[in-house]
Amino acid sequence: MLSVKNIKFQYDAQNSFQIPDINLKAGEQLLILGKSGSGKTTILNILGGLLKPDSGEVKLGDTLVNQLSGAKLDKFRGKHIGIVFQKPHILAPLTVEDNLRLANYFVGAKGERNLELLKELGIYNKRKSKVTTLSEGEAQRVSIARALANHPQLILADEPTASLDDENAAIVIKLLQEQAQKFNAALIIVTHDQRVKDHISNHIIMGGKS
Amino acid sequence: MNMLKLSWKYLVAKPLNTGLNILLLALGLAIITVLILIQDQFENKMTKDAEGIDLVVGAKGSPLQLILSSVYHIDYPTGNIDMEEAQSLSRNRLVKNIIPLGMGDNYQGYRIVGTNHDYLELYKAEIEMGEVWRKPFDVVLGAVVAEKLNLKVGDSFIGSHGIGSSSHEHDEHPYKITGILAKSSNVLDNLILTSIESVWYSHDEGHDHDKFEADVTTSGFPPADEDREVTSLLLQYRNPMAAVQLPRFINSRTSMQAASPSFEISRLFELLGVGVKLIQGLAFAIIVIAGLGIFIALFNSLKERKYDLAVMRTLGASSLQLFIHIVLEGIILTFIGALLGIAIGHLFLAVLVMQNEQGAISGLSAAVFLREELYIIGYAIAVGFIASLIPAWTAYQTDIAKQLTKS
Ligand SMILES: Nc1ncnc2c1ncn2[C@@H]1O[C@H](COP(=O)(O)OP(=O)(O)OP(=O)(O)O)[C@@H](O)[C@H]1O
Ligand SMILES: [Mg+2]
Repeated sequence: MLSVKNIKFQYDAQNSFQIPDINLKAGEQLLILGKSGSGKTTILNILGGLLKPDSGEVKLGDTLVNQLSGAKLDKFRGKHIGIVFQKPHILAPLTVEDNLRLANYFVGAKGERNLELLKELGIYNKRKSKVTTLSEGEAQRVSIARALANHPQLILADEPTASLDDENAAIVIKLLQEQAQKFNAALIIVTHDQRVKDHISNHIIMGGKS
Repeated sequence: MNMLKLSWKYLVAKPLNTGLNILLLALGLAIITVLILIQDQFENKMTKDAEGIDLVVGAKGSPLQLILSSVYHIDYPTGNIDMEEAQSLSRNRLVKNIIPLGMGDNYQGYRIVGTNHDYLELYKAEIEMGEVWRKPFDVVLGAVVAEKLNLKVGDSFIGSHGIGSSSHEHDEHPYKITGILAKSSNVLDNLILTSIESVWYSHDEGHDHDKFEADVTTSGFPPADEDREVTSLLLQYRNPMAAVQLPRFINSRTSMQAASPSFEISRLFELLGVGVKLIQGLAFAIIVIAGLGIFIALFNSLKERKYDLAVMRTLGASSLQLFIHIVLEGIILTFIGALLGIAIGHLFLAVLVMQNEQGAISGLSAAVFLREELYIIGYAIAVGFIASLIPAWTAYQTDIAKQLTKS
């Protein structure tokens, strides 16, 4: 379902990356490990259509993501790709629930699953709260709920556990896996956090700059 | 969730900033609203009150003062004129109609104006209760006078010398109210009308009871029993020729002066116009500052919000939607500012009118809404749009990947 082929990318002459080919079926999970600065965030941005590769292709379902642009790309991303960042980045003026609704609104989804999602992630009773009143772990769960609000086919997570303690890190990884499984979405987690290795067996290691 | 709600949420997240920007804009627009309201009603009222009066003739002095005192009853009269000389004018073939006015007294600040029934006809005044004056010392009250002083038909009162409320009282003959006029929203509302004879007799020394019983004149000049004076004359031309010849004739050949209401009023508005322009300039300056304030607020908030904007893009928002998001913020701000400004303007005028019951603005209403106020809203929205254009463009160009990797 996700196939990444022959991707080459460079910011400038010193920072060029050779990205390994990736093939994932629906429901499969992949862990990308690598040192800091090895290009993990870069590859995630390419997969999510936030950066355009210099060459190669990123194909999700039947769509060549790297050939979309403008509003089409934005809508495709909003609909089919859920991104979880290292920091939660909840929109502070909105409540937890409205953060999910906004994701629904941008792609014209109904969001029938929002409340169920919040329940499963254990933040249902915080749905009317502003993000400033949440703990770090709760906030990270909100950002996961928001990434899942539109039933994405592909879930990308950039160091989702970096700022969490062992217990919360385990919870977050487990939730990501459960939700991906439940909706038969492909899950890619990018991290330098060795704790995550215990949870996902399928992993590749970024070689750093080539 | 929709774009409007999203922008609204971002605005209320910064209540102080938002409130101040709205208030500043509202103040500027309130000033403009008040100016528009006053100007419009003032001009309307002034033209309405002068309708049918081609020329005012009175004692020599300031022509504007003559108009203000004889047509609008707000300034002091320039003096009195000899009735014989005045009467000779009515024989002039250029004159169609002449209404004499006699002033000099007041009751509680409301002017007692001696005239004849033609004056009522000039304003198409209708009697609401009772009937017009027939005998000396019969008076008819304007609707506002009756209401404010709580007087009824059959009541009587004693007038005071002078036309301001502080002047001393007559200890002589009381006036008797025979009628009350229907509300007309013109200058009659604030007047106490009576016959010329009443004004004469109230200033006479002796009491001649025969005269007091005789019927008063209802049209033209009353017959003079001795040397009599009137204050001014309201005059209608017989033909366009009169407009050219009559004023020149009166001003050069008689001891009286003639003044044209339309000419003096446009001169007055020209004089006032300078002041109005000044205030208008001030209001525009405030609005420009408010626009700048909105621009600065949006531009500054953009720095902290670039991340939010990038996140919205990852959630599926297009660049155009981000552009709209920021522009909407500016427009919501100025729209509310406009509504608030108009409300403040009307409120301010209402207070102003309430505090000036007898002055020149007493007849104005704060409950009038003009088409120009819609323009104010449109204008404010334009300010919001322009102020948010650059920030919105910056938002439009947000580079998501760079923003997200940054912090
Ligand atoms: N916009 C950019 N322009 C130029 N170079 C960049 C840019 N973004 C990242 N780089 C460089 O590319 C390299 C890889 O960056 P990237 O963010 O992908 O690393 P990472 O593996 O995610 O590291 P970390 O684990 O610290 O998050 C780094 O050396 C970084 O300095
Ligand atoms: Mg990174």
